[in-house]
Amino acid sequence: MSWFEKLRPSIIRTESSGKKTTVPEGLWAKCPSCNAILYNSELEKNGSVCPKCDHHMRISARMRLNLFLDENGREEIGKNVKPVDPLKFKDSKKYKDRVTQAQKQTKENDALIVMKGELIGQPIVAAAFDFNFMGGSMGSVVGEKFVRGVNKSLEFGVPFIVFTASGGARMQESLFSLFQMAKTSAALTKLSERGIPYISFMTDPTMGGVSASLAMLGDINVAEPNALIGFAGPRVIEQTVREKLPEGFQRSEFLQEHGAIDMIIHRRDIRTKLASILDMLMTNRGVYMPDTLNEEPVSPEVEDAG
Amino acid sequence: MDLKFLDFEQPIAVLEAKIAELRHVEFDNKINISDALHQLEERSQALTESIFANLSDWQISQISRHPGRPYTLDYIDLIFTDFHELHGDRAYADDPAIICGLAKLDNQPVVIIGHQKGRDTKEKIYRNFGMPRPEGYRKALRVMKLAERFQLPIICLIDTPGAYPGIDAEERGQSEAIARNLFEMAKLKTPIICTIIGEGGSGGALAIGVGDRLIMLEYSTYSVISPEGCAAILWKSADKVQLAAEAMGITSDRVREQGFLDEVVREPLGGAHRDFKITATNLKEALANHLNALKHQDSHSLLEKRYQRIMSFGVFEETNK
Repeated sequence: MSWFEKLRPSIIRTESSGKKTTVPEGLWAKCPSCNAILYNSELEKNGSVCPKCDHHMRISARMRLNLFLDENGREEIGKNVKPVDPLKFKDSKKYKDRVTQAQKQTKENDALIVMKGELIGQPIVAAAFDFNFMGGSMGSVVGEKFVRGVNKSLEFGVPFIVFTASGGARMQESLFSLFQMAKTSAALTKLSERGIPYISFMTDPTMGGVSASLAMLGDINVAEPNALIGFAGPRVIEQTVREKLPEGFQRSEFLQEHGAIDMIIHRRDIRTKLASILDMLMTNRGVYMPDTLNEEPVSPEVEDAG
Repeated sequence: MDLKFLDFEQPIAVLEAKIAELRHVEFDNKINISDALHQLEERSQALTESIFANLSDWQISQISRHPGRPYTLDYIDLIFTDFHELHGDRAYADDPAIICGLAKLDNQPVVIIGHQKGRDTKEKIYRNFGMPRPEGYRKALRVMKLAERFQLPIICLIDTPGAYPGIDAEERGQSEAIARNLFEMAKLKTPIICTIIGEGGSGGALAIGVGDRLIMLEYSTYSVISPEGCAAILWKSADKVQLAAEAMGITSDRVREQGFLDEVVREPLGGAHRDFKITATNLKEALANHLNALKHQDSHSLLEKRYQRIMSFGVFEETNK
């Protein structure tokens, strides 16, 4: 119960005694970092960044793309691609039921949303992971939609940006999910060959199979402040090395210090900074080097003449 | 022969102990008990056959990690000639958990990349139990690019519990090292044959596992997470490993059913550790066949086929609503 609730006479208290942390639905939110009680609409205006301590809260994929893309000209890609259960996987719960539950909860088909749209007038393709959908885990659908995003970006010759938030590969799809690491990484070779910028924007958390594939392959690797980013989870590492992990280990600032990412960008600056970077990367594209797409195979005569 | 028997092989172990004892008696007393010995040996064989005909997925997982199982260096010794090991990533260190080198397979030069586990405690520690650090993957990539430059086919021998989950590995970019290999291997202009010889442990295995062919030894496994890890996370209980191993479908038979495999290489009765030579002979034949099939492809169609192969990974459905 919050201090505010305690002050109110019991007769007008909202009944929330079962769950201590619950605040009246939809009105207040509590910052998980500094515990400040925040007015929800104010928090939303601030892009779910705590106005008191600057903590970047996790946000849904749809909200992420809403914040990032211009309002006009959005087109969702691979909207109807849905997960199946190739192994009839069942742990304490059936995979199918977990998927259904996640779909109900998030109103999404799977953990990745991809959209073609514009960033301050520049055409781009953007994708975002939804951590609320089974921990943003990467299974066949995430891999497939990511590739479709890449293909769309190739088709129009526009930059591709992904916002990651994922615990890693989706165990319930076993090797099908492991191989999405190869699939997404392979697709990115095509962007690289064509000289189309790929920006990996890592948000809290980006771990395991997602970190060890598409997330670390950006032409520019960016992270939000204080995001947990790494290959192995902190608990696994602690158990392996039997040491206490250093302060700030696997956080964005740690990664920048160790040379893994180019920069850390505050959520309010994402649009302007990325637009500026992409603009520069795209300005001379095809000026000094011919676009390999349009390049005709060199005929032997021409080669001889050289 | 000093065989280490796994739990489920204990009945065989008991018989084998008796056989060894009898041999001892025969040797000491010069009496003839060869008939009795012969009978016991037959029984041991039959018992092994019946146990191995019905292995559970978790039991196969244990065989894939058997301490006596042949490792990369054993296969290099038995299959290849003229091996020259190449060390170091040219940036930070040489990682003994991954072996790279030049060698010949039937007189054809190839590049070998393989995880290496240790046999005794000291070597296990030296090899970090076959768990590479970033410099291991970067060494592998450096040598694979060398292979590309000189048009040498690459043979990857995969056997790792996973990439090393340590502080130093994270500091030096374990994720990036793995990701980079996935990216580069997808477009490396030379044939790549990947073989799981023991444990195919998740991203740590895949990081040298992208190529034109995927082969598994009969009692090897390939999984997105260890059965122990899966049980701990999804069942919240360490003793559900058997269920986890089964659910994930990690054995060569199950992986083949999922459509990922080009070949399963048979192992001798009782597993590869019972007879290195037979296993190596079988593997050599498979490698030579696939190498031959890939040799005559031009690099464009090789890469196109590899790309299509990688893009075909995954199952999903698409509805109109």
